[in-house]
Amino acid sequence: MKFLPLLMEIMQLLLLLTAAPVFAGWVKMVKCWSQGRTSPSLLQPYRDIAKLFSKDVVLAENASWIFRFTPYIVFGATLLAGGIIPILSVDLPLSATADVIALVALFAIARFFTALAGMDIGTAFGGMGSSREMMIASLAEPAMLMAVFTMSLASKSTSLSQIAYVIANSNIHTVLKPSLAFAFLAFVMIAIAETGRIPVDNPATHLELTMIHEAMILEYSGRHLALIEWAGMMKLFLFMSLGAAAFFPWGIAGAGNMAAIPVALIYLIIKFAFAGVVLVLIETGLAKMRLFRVTEFLGAAFLLATLGMLAHFILE
Amino acid sequence: MIFSPLDLASLSILLFLLQVLLAPFFKKNERFMVNVCFSLAAAASLLAVAAGIWTVENGTTEKAILALGLPDLPFHLRLDSLSGFFLTTIGLLAFYVSVYSIGYVRGFIGQRPVMRLVIFYSFFIAGMFMVVLADDALFFLISWEFMAAASYFLVMYEDEKAENKRAAFLYLVIAHIGAVAILLSFGVMAGLATGFKDFSGYTFDAMRASHFPVEWATAAFFLSFFGFAAKAGIIPLHVWLPEAHPVAPSNISALMSGVMLKTAIYGIIRVTLDIIKVFPWWWGAVVLVFGLVSAVMGVLYALMQHDLKRLLAYHSVENIGIILIGIGLCMVFTSFQMPLIAALALTAGVYHTMNHAMFKGLLFMGAGAVLHATHERNMEEMGGLIHKMPWTAVLFLIGCVSISALPPFNGFVSEWLTFQAFLLSPSLPAPILKLLMPIGAAILALTGALAAACFVKAFGVTFLGRWRGQHKPKIQEVNWPMRIGMMLAAATCLLLGILPTLFIGWMDTIPVQLVGSTISESAGTYGWLWLTPVAPERASYSGVIVFLGILAVVAVAYIMLHVKPGAIRRGNAWDCGFEKLTERMQYNATSFSMPIRRIFGYLFDIKEQVDLSPQSAHSAFPKRLNYYLRVRDRVWGWLYKPIAEASFWLSRKVGMLQQGRIQTYLIYSFITIILLLVFVK
Repeated sequence: MKFLPLLMEIMQLLLLLTAAPVFAGWVKMVKCWSQGRTSPSLLQPYRDIAKLFSKDVVLAENASWIFRFTPYIVFGATLLAGGIIPILSVDLPLSATADVIALVALFAIARFFTALAGMDIGTAFGGMGSSREMMIASLAEPAMLMAVFTMSLASKSTSLSQIAYVIANSNIHTVLKPSLAFAFLAFVMIAIAETGRIPVDNPATHLELTMIHEAMILEYSGRHLALIEWAGMMKLFLFMSLGAAAFFPWGIAGAGNMAAIPVALIYLIIKFAFAGVVLVLIETGLAKMRLFRVTEFLGAAFLLATLGMLAHFILE
Repeated sequence: MIFSPLDLASLSILLFLLQVLLAPFFKKNERFMVNVCFSLAAAASLLAVAAGIWTVENGTTEKAILALGLPDLPFHLRLDSLSGFFLTTIGLLAFYVSVYSIGYVRGFIGQRPVMRLVIFYSFFIAGMFMVVLADDALFFLISWEFMAAASYFLVMYEDEKAENKRAAFLYLVIAHIGAVAILLSFGVMAGLATGFKDFSGYTFDAMRASHFPVEWATAAFFLSFFGFAAKAGIIPLHVWLPEAHPVAPSNISALMSGVMLKTAIYGIIRVTLDIIKVFPWWWGAVVLVFGLVSAVMGVLYALMQHDLKRLLAYHSVENIGIILIGIGLCMVFTSFQMPLIAALALTAGVYHTMNHAMFKGLLFMGAGAVLHATHERNMEEMGGLIHKMPWTAVLFLIGCVSISALPPFNGFVSEWLTFQAFLLSPSLPAPILKLLMPIGAAILALTGALAAACFVKAFGVTFLGRWRGQHKPKIQEVNWPMRIGMMLAAATCLLLGILPTLFIGWMDTIPVQLVGSTISESAGTYGWLWLTPVAPERASYSGVIVFLGILAVVAVAYIMLHVKPGAIRRGNAWDCGFEKLTERMQYNATSFSMPIRRIFGYLFDIKEQVDLSPQSAHSAFPKRLNYYLRVRDRVWGWLYKPIAEASFWLSRKVGMLQQGRIQTYLIYSFITIILLLVFVK
């Protein structure tokens, strides 16, 4: 294996680990501004994680190894996904490990174990969170696949690296396709559901009846909670990167092209700053939905992705 | 070579039949009988596995004619790649289950005679081997019935319960309706092969050699598809499956779900791709649609269950559906002359056949272990078994992860291959298929996600949390033979998940034989580490890297966090500060699936009722609350009930002829003779 791509892979993973909390901080900051509050600094998520790492773990009496093992699995699966998605550059050494479908499955592993951990203690909240999370996931996954399907029609590939490469290297007229626009809209809706943001789930709530993801991880503390929180931030970052790689890959570095990395980084910062603002606009503009309205929300995402595919067959 | 694969396979069958003769001699010492017979069964299964692996590896075809059967109609045997593959699948699971049975059947000693179980167990496996080796309609049907009869007696093993008798009867009825359809299908093909002149058309070779007119071929195909669908439990012919599989002893459930259903898959592949060969594309579309419906409805029904074994049985319906999706896709692509993609779809379907055998076998063995330890099948009463049965819990979890199609285990690989086959459908010429395919892919994704939800429920409610039952039995981990049987199956699940390129390289003789192409060359472009069906830039997956990658991150994170000895304190559950937490407040199987039941409720026949008892002091505080829920198959009311009622009505009408007086019967005979004399010249 060549040295340079390996170096770029390591850089990307380090970027993911360090930039994910900053992005979470950015989202929080913009949100505070938009609601007329003073915001914590961009580095606040770091402090939160550091604080949690230094604290002792309090385990419930009934917790089994599943509960203790899950944070590591979640962290591992998310980090591995970060090695596969082209964030800075295409054709990294790990990018052949999984295509988009396998990537979705990697996130599914994390979710599967989180849901199990939610049921491990034997509280009502844990089970409630697991049950709801799996329900939402089972509706989000077909919609996600439909979006991926539409996305892959243009580049004839499900490999993310290839998708990013094809779209980045074609001129603007071949990219401005109605099918991709529909797929993008569907993707945004699914990303909101998958990362547990308003209007599907509220990451800031601990109100008993509305929490979904928080209900599953209610019993975590100390380093376990730190790992889960960190992985959660990485997941948000990765879904943004996934969207950037599949729909707006401009500026991404070519295979093994170290010189293009600084430019790619600047592009990335601009894209993410903008994405954060859009996310906040969505979150402040909408109220959290009732649980059973999520069906309609994700059904709409599925329909949009299907429309995208029809558009591909009819118009393109 | 002194002996051939077919000799090995025949020897294996003979060993199974030998056990049947051997078992009665050990009637006095049942423990000894169990040890000897199941060890022998394990060894015989390994022989069949060896024969199967050998055949598939070299892609040889070997034939033999037995001096048995009817005069002038001898039995034909044939071992080619396809039968070799199914021989391997059946043999491998039979081996694991036989090891498991050494421990499991011990539990029956002293409670009921085990000899019956041992004898029919051997008959059952021998029957399955014979089905995949048969090369003529006669021997195939005899083996088919042999297998069905043996499994009927096994379902009836615990026959003191009315439920079991009912299930076994239902199974027998549907199995025979299916068998009649298969018989008719073979009749059509055998007749056409010789132009209805003589009986020599009964061999599969004669059928292969002939070319059927399309309308007759369609009749033959749909008859056999109906017959095999009844065996495989394809919706709407699945109703016997969730009745019969749970009531059989768990080692038998493992075999029935894991491999007996696969003989029907074998039959479908054999008849379509090997015997008929040329067919219109819409056959494939029909198979695909049945597959999709079975997959998604199977998993939805599974979600509604709270009986662990019934839940697993419904998942067999789902997985058979997924296998059929692969086969249906293969048929569509074959009829459009796209051998490479057809090979991909066939590989996906056949791969899933092997995978399902392994993880479903494992899960049923796990359910058997739970049943063995707790004497309980109802998940609502269970919980927290991970503390009492750590081994079973880990192994069952591996089965759950595999069946939920999560990497790096085996279920994911075959579903991923199916997705890849779906994604190649834009190259199809028929516009209706272009639309059907993406919807199909989305349904497959829905199935996968619902399966994950279902197994979070199954594992979470059974093994996690705290014990929900009223009485607290003393629960112990199961014995070693049972654990070893499950461990072997779990290890196979992992190996099939991380080494798909090797496995596909081994089985590439099957697509070569049936669709004339192979994906093993393109599948290994990047080396054995990466699976790249079709082309590397199209899609790739590496189970090894996913496995080792996650493992590495987990290990590094764990070590880094444990450099400084951090204390772990045990305390009460936090639960948002709620103090009076009891076991009954946990989510159980019914409450877990409530959101999904609410969304997809219109697909079921649901009766839900909440009764509040008379209030005590204030209307806001009822004394008792009774919740009643009944979820039923709509198919039962739509299809089976009318048919059953019609047949009862007809029987009653016919029964009116039965007067019990000899004079009346003599008149009947007299009228019949007169009529015959008038109409038959």
